[in-house]
Amino acid sequence: MSAVFDTNPATAAPIEGYRPVAPVVERDGATAVVDADHVYYRELNEAIQQLVADGVRDLTIRGVNGQRYIGNGLTETDLRIRIQGVPGQDLGMFLGGPVIDVDTNAQDGVGNTMESGEICVHGSAGDVVGYGMRGGRILIRGDAGYRVGIHMKQYQNQLPEVIIGGKARDFFGEYMAGGRLVLLDLNSQLAGPALGNYTGTGMHGGEIFVRGTVDACLCGREVGVVPATPEQLETIRPLVTRYCEAFGADADGIMSQTFTRIAPVSSRPYGNLYCSM
Amino acid sequence: MINYLQPEFHVDIDYDRCHKCGRCAGQCGWGVYSFVERPLPDDAKCRACHRCVTFCPAHCITIKRSDLAYRENPNWPIRARKGVWRQAASGGVLLTSMGSDAPRGSIFDALTLDACQVTNPSIDPLREPMETRTVIGKRPRALGERVPKDWAGRLTLSTPILFAPMSFGSVSLNVHKSMAMAAKRLGTFMNTGEGGLHADLYPYQDNVIVQVASGRFGVTPEYLERGAAIEIKVGQGAKPGIGGHLPGEKINAEVSTTRMIPQGTDAISPAPHHDIYSIEDLRQLIYSLKEASGYKPVGVKIAAVHNVGAIASGIVRAGADYVYLDGMNGGTGAAPAVIRDHVGIPVELALAVVDQRLRDEGIRNEASIIVAGSIKSSADLAKALALGADAVALGSATLLALGCHLCQSCHTGCCSWGLTTQKPELTRRLDPEEGAQRLVNLVSAWTHELQEILGALGVNAVESLRGSRDRLRAIGLDAQTCEILGVAPAGR
Amino acid sequence: MCGLVGICDTGGTRHSGEDVMRAMALQHDRGNGLGAGYAGHGIYPELPDHYALHLLFENRAALERTEAFIDAYYELERAEAIPTRRTDGIGKAPLLWRYFVQPNAKKLSDSGQREDDYVVYGVMHINTHFDGATVVSSGKNMGVFKGVGFPEEIGHFYRIEEYGAHTWVAHNRFPTNSQAWWGGAHPFSLLDFSLVHNGELSSYGINARYIKQFGYVCTLFTDTEVATYLFDLLVRRHGLSFEDACAALAPPLWSAIDAMEPAARERATLMRDIYGSAMLNGPFAIVLGTNSGMVAFNDRVKLRPLVAAVSGDLVAVGSEESSLLEVLNTPDYVWAPKAGEPVIARVGQPFDITTATLHTTAERSAA
Repeated sequence: MSAVFDTNPATAAPIEGYRPVAPVVERDGATAVVDADHVYYRELNEAIQQLVADGVRDLTIRGVNGQRYIGNGLTETDLRIRIQGVPGQDLGMFLGGPVIDVDTNAQDGVGNTMESGEICVHGSAGDVVGYGMRGGRILIRGDAGYRVGIHMKQYQNQLPEVIIGGKARDFFGEYMAGGRLVLLDLNSQLAGPALGNYTGTGMHGGEIFVRGTVDACLCGREVGVVPATPEQLETIRPLVTRYCEAFGADADGIMSQTFTRIAPVSSRPYGNLYCSM
Repeated sequence: MINYLQPEFHVDIDYDRCHKCGRCAGQCGWGVYSFVERPLPDDAKCRACHRCVTFCPAHCITIKRSDLAYRENPNWPIRARKGVWRQAASGGVLLTSMGSDAPRGSIFDALTLDACQVTNPSIDPLREPMETRTVIGKRPRALGERVPKDWAGRLTLSTPILFAPMSFGSVSLNVHKSMAMAAKRLGTFMNTGEGGLHADLYPYQDNVIVQVASGRFGVTPEYLERGAAIEIKVGQGAKPGIGGHLPGEKINAEVSTTRMIPQGTDAISPAPHHDIYSIEDLRQLIYSLKEASGYKPVGVKIAAVHNVGAIASGIVRAGADYVYLDGMNGGTGAAPAVIRDHVGIPVELALAVVDQRLRDEGIRNEASIIVAGSIKSSADLAKALALGADAVALGSATLLALGCHLCQSCHTGCCSWGLTTQKPELTRRLDPEEGAQRLVNLVSAWTHELQEILGALGVNAVESLRGSRDRLRAIGLDAQTCEILGVAPAGR
Repeated sequence: MCGLVGICDTGGTRHSGEDVMRAMALQHDRGNGLGAGYAGHGIYPELPDHYALHLLFENRAALERTEAFIDAYYELERAEAIPTRRTDGIGKAPLLWRYFVQPNAKKLSDSGQREDDYVVYGVMHINTHFDGATVVSSGKNMGVFKGVGFPEEIGHFYRIEEYGAHTWVAHNRFPTNSQAWWGGAHPFSLLDFSLVHNGELSSYGINARYIKQFGYVCTLFTDTEVATYLFDLLVRRHGLSFEDACAALAPPLWSAIDAMEPAARERATLMRDIYGSAMLNGPFAIVLGTNSGMVAFNDRVKLRPLVAAVSGDLVAVGSEESSLLEVLNTPDYVWAPKAGEPVIARVGQPFDITTATLHTTAERSAA
């Protein structure tokens, strides 16, 4: 915070938040560093798109703080984006192939309607992670907010996966129609149970794995809450291994613990709710 | 004397398809059928209750409206002519049952509900919490406010729907059992009406409101002790200002025991309570009931009449925990048609006036409002809540759920569906277990629909709809009615 | 969609409005230029015991009528135009004046009212009777500065950086139901409370009818006004703590209440029972500024964003973490409060991090 009454009486123009200017770029072949400090998201994302179109495949963006839509709709499967700072809303929305790495926290809407690729957040994430996600992978080292994986779905060969190292809030896997959510309850700053209330309400596809036991009263009526069998647990080994590679943890140690599996009891939970007129 | 009246209905039997099984004759409570090798109907006795139609295995019975032509005269509707003929022949008061069939239309039907789009989100009621729990009774104005010692407890309902008072006597014991079982399973309340509490209902007494009416039938210290709350019945929407009369034929052994009157005698409820000639007497009775019952909630049921705002205010100031407003379209087991069809006001207006009056006087927290009088669907329920009701009570809808076809003949005691009769061969037609299930189904379905409406309104608790009149708009109501309702016309 | 920020120095140090402007500037895109505003608490230390009436007049006649009313019912210490400067992007502003007043002693005594009720009555009277006049704020040692524009423009226009406050709340507006006008911007304020709000109260209808029973007249066509009055009713008149007020306005779900210990359950049930019509329903994040600190909380199922951060004596809340990082260096804690769980910062008391269902840094390093 600035000192009290540190006023410049000559101030002639309002304070600027973001500036609509092209960011400074340092480029070296397929590698580039973009300085996003207070650059408005539109100019920032324009520069990113231009660099990617020009063949840059290893892109570092530093000085990020709150710029929206980074990585939005990019489809280059060999592209890696490293973000330094807190990216803004809808990080990697509609992402179709690239890998995005965030060195600290992310805000709301990470991986919204994501198609493929990977988003790796070294801190915590905000609300609505992976809304409507159809494929790809999201790794969160810390905690996640409300409504993680809401209406995630799988289709043909696409199977979206989200793994969270810490805890998550209410409505985890709400309306979930496919894919996998894994919650490790390891690196959390949150007190209390790993999961919030209303877990898996309306869930009618996919599966949720939670390390340890889960109080069934936190879950919706539409799901069964039972210990995961060794065979079921094996299906998440590649995801857990990837998490451990990304954040430095012991995959075998994690996999040797007990997990709870939450899965829908029916693919049509509301079949009996209606009667025709 | 010659009977001027011709049958209203024609019982049409397709004899080619008829099994000649005689089930129609067995099912009819009105004696329509004689059976000589095949069923022979007497149209004059038919009430169009459809019991025979429902049970005919060949589906060969059709009840048709008589197409007998009368000379058109809009100033002399057939209804009016028939009334004159009936009364000229009998010298009697025209008696009828259930709610008014006068074609006045419903104010609820002229109201529409709001929904969220973009600026605030609708909520998905299937997956997000959607709270319908409702508490009936007095509450302090502020946390920490000292409440008078004589304030009673409150009733907690899982959903803002109760079963309306209908006495054992006017309806069968199996109807009472169905309501009691359903109330317990749903977490709401049934109401004894003024006919006492049969011992078979004791296991359900925590979900029973016991009524005290002018005839005081079955009212004992034990009765007051068993009820979860006590209701003073002052009036009924279908017959404001009129007492009751249960004919001796309906007073069988069970009814006699429950009402504590001799078998076969008429059970007469005086028009007024003869210990209430003024508002201070009501207060006296309310506190007498509280004293006798260990301070249970005491509600007061009144018919919706012109000055209902002031009356309700007086009732609340007299100490009632809830006011029950019964609108002019409410049902009855028996009432003079002239009273049923021409006295009182619609419940929508009464509710709007009472809710506003209690707010203006700063005493809305001192009583809940329950409304009844033709709540026909969850839409009516939601609109009543938005106008300011805490809960609604279902009378006609309850009987309909149990099989009633609204033939308006309860007062005859011959109900073919076994509901408003005491004849054992008829009452056994209602299996209380099945009846309870139907009532649970109905209330659950309306509750689901209410949750859908709350979700569309973007709120997740019923208290955010209650009294929220800006979520209503009126179509085709005049400006003054809109003003009374506190509802803007659609488009504004 | 709207953006909001609140910053409170629990040590009581007053900070220039520049920081809150910088935090707001980063949320530029959460508004659409049709409303922004700031409230500073502790900004008038030279006249701390006078009610500072900030007024907005659409025309000269409204000003004259209001000044006659103020002359009649208050002792005027000072009247002045609120200092502003020409700012690109800010269109024609209404007349903006502030009056430092005390109630007229005889009139107050004749009214039989408490002093604060007397002032509230005066505010309601001006808002409802003097066409074109709006009381923007009416507290002691605090003031609201708001209008139609983006937050960085409105801040510049009002020279916000020249004020020092221990508690700032600010808002960037994307108006939905009501048209854009200067009085409709946030914060809304009554006596010492200022309130900003993101989201929409789907329960506005019943909230407004409820509050009307206690003499509050909603004239500003927005749900934020009703929320401000509800805090005034619950905290000032009913004497609820901020914790209880938040629990009344965003109560626990019945399922959570049913799982409580008997005594807590009974109290929570009674609170829902009493304040059901006050419950704020629909998506919201609210920040309340007061002369004693700041309160921030969310709706019951967390439909609007709210992030909190603590850095030494400073407690900050906002719609986006990035806007807090813009003004706090390496905060000790950054977290998203649970639905309905209030963040309460009190001037003169260190922030109690245990109210946030977080592991403290000490616990985490021990673990």
